[in-house]
Amino acid sequence: MSGQTGPVCVVLIALLVLWYVGAVFMNAPTQIDRYERADQTWTTGQLIEDTLAQERPILPAPHQVAVEMYNTIFAIKITSKRSLVYHSWVTLSSTLLGFGIGTLLGVLLAVGIVHVMTLEKSLMPWVISSQTIPILAIAPMIIVVLGAIGIKGLVPKAVISTYLCFFPVTISMVKGLRSPQVIQLDLMRTYNASKWQTFWQLRLPSAMPFLFASLKVAIAISLVGAIVGELPTGAQAGLGARLLAGSYYGQTIQIWSALLTAAFVAAILVVIVGWCERKVLARMGVKP
Amino acid sequence: MTLKQVVNNVAEMPASKKAVVDIKKLSLTFQTADGPVYALSDVDLTIEEGDFVSFIGPSGCGKTTLLRVIADLEQATGGDISINGVSPHEAREQRAYGYVFQAPALLPWRSIERNVTLPLEIMEISKEERIKRAQEALKLVELNGFEKKFPWQLSGGMQQRASIARALSFDADLLLMDEPFGALDEIVRDHLNEQLLKLWARTNKTVAFVTHSIPEAVYLSTKIVVMSPRPGRIIDVIETDFPKDRTLDIRETPEFLEIAHRVREGLRAGHSNDD
Ligand SMILES: Nc1ncnc2c1ncn2[C@@H]1O[C@H](COP(=O)(O)OP(=O)(O)OP(=O)(O)O)[C@@H](O)[C@H]1O
Ligand SMILES: [Mg+2]
Repeated sequence: MSGQTGPVCVVLIALLVLWYVGAVFMNAPTQIDRYERADQTWTTGQLIEDTLAQERPILPAPHQVAVEMYNTIFAIKITSKRSLVYHSWVTLSSTLLGFGIGTLLGVLLAVGIVHVMTLEKSLMPWVISSQTIPILAIAPMIIVVLGAIGIKGLVPKAVISTYLCFFPVTISMVKGLRSPQVIQLDLMRTYNASKWQTFWQLRLPSAMPFLFASLKVAIAISLVGAIVGELPTGAQAGLGARLLAGSYYGQTIQIWSALLTAAFVAAILVVIVGWCERKVLARMGVKP
Repeated sequence: MTLKQVVNNVAEMPASKKAVVDIKKLSLTFQTADGPVYALSDVDLTIEEGDFVSFIGPSGCGKTTLLRVIADLEQATGGDISINGVSPHEAREQRAYGYVFQAPALLPWRSIERNVTLPLEIMEISKEERIKRAQEALKLVELNGFEKKFPWQLSGGMQQRASIARALSFDADLLLMDEPFGALDEIVRDHLNEQLLKLWARTNKTVAFVTHSIPEAVYLSTKIVVMSPRPGRIIDVIETDFPKDRTLDIRETPEFLEIAHRVREGLRAGHSNDD
């Protein structure tokens, strides 16, 4: 682990430097424009300083985003409508709901597909074609249709997360549940084990590594689904709503803070899944 | 002759032993993309209670296939086979045999003890009983002390012993073993052979044992079945009469060498008629 810290820091610093340079170049034209309109003379030093302190920059500087994030995460009551903690929670709750349902659905579909021949033929094409429809096209429809029958708020967003995240779970679990070797299946057969016993004692444990690999993908796209679900109707709360509001009013700093927060939340979720994976696999005696 | 004498005579007659496996004119043809493969053809064989039968023959002669047919893992395409008087399918449902595969096939997420208790769990035997039987079985293969280890922490030979303990745990009367010691070195192999023989002598189990090694076959068996490929068939059945409590020393005796010679001749004859 410690061997990684060095390289990671180097990459981080390189990214920050690149970001600052980018901010200066992206924001310089509007800044020069402004100087000219005010008939002001300027030096390069002043230009750089000003491009990194605009109120609505095209690309905000890292420290501007950091300050905004500090203000809206730590320096504000979490019940406030401006608190990113509050918005993150709104998005997170539907992410988790969608993830839970999607995982359950994905596992159930996989179990069905592995055990019932006809389900594989009849379901698998639908599972795959479901993902060929772009989520941006289907998300507004889901929100509108569910809204029309009186379902609003958390559930429609969770439905979109579910829609996105059951897929990797199904595909991985089908593979995982089929991963036992022939010799292991033969062994169960010599004990005259029932399908259920074979599932429980052999197929499910064999599928665990596959399941966790897919859960890491699923939790991340589940978050994307929740954010996308907040966009089309101009939802009142959530990271997606912050993104949308930010872009309406040209509040780029707000957009970037919301984006970075979303990225952090995603990273934390993936880390938590990874932690669960290690715990479960360690309990299963996997070679460390 | 009085009635009493008749009864006595019957009692004195060598009691004909019960046939555990009875195979008549058995054949099995695999239909493959490149045409039919005649894995077994016209196989006749009886394995009696308490027999130790070895199957020996070149690679591809159908030893594994024959064992799998007995175990109901493969279906014969012709002929008759019965296990304890019933079909292989029914015998499997009655859990009549323990099968030891060529590879250990331990479940990596279960400790050695829980691997051994797997069949007992499936047979819904109580937990205390499971642990007790696992202890006994692990002792038989000298693996006591390794209960809590996971398979990857054991050497290949130890893993194979664990898989034997697993097959012994539910105390089936018939043991089917497919080259269980094939991957082990000579010394470990000798040792396991001795243990297996002791176990067999003590429990009166019936054993069907596949091997590639002539000394192993002669040392262990009461009956050696020599097979030849294309199509897989039995070309010789050799009965031996070494005592049940034989030791490795018998390998130096003239009888042993004579039988080994006959097995080798049989194998050679099987070889020469396929090219
Ligand atoms: N599932 C199968 N489908 C098609 N052919 C098969 C199948 N299983 C075995 N065979 C063929 O049947 C023949 C006998 O195979 P088998 O595995 O019984 O040989 P074996 O005597 O056990 O050989 P070895 O000593 O190498 O283990 C071989 O020619 C093999 O290719
Ligand atoms: Mg074989």
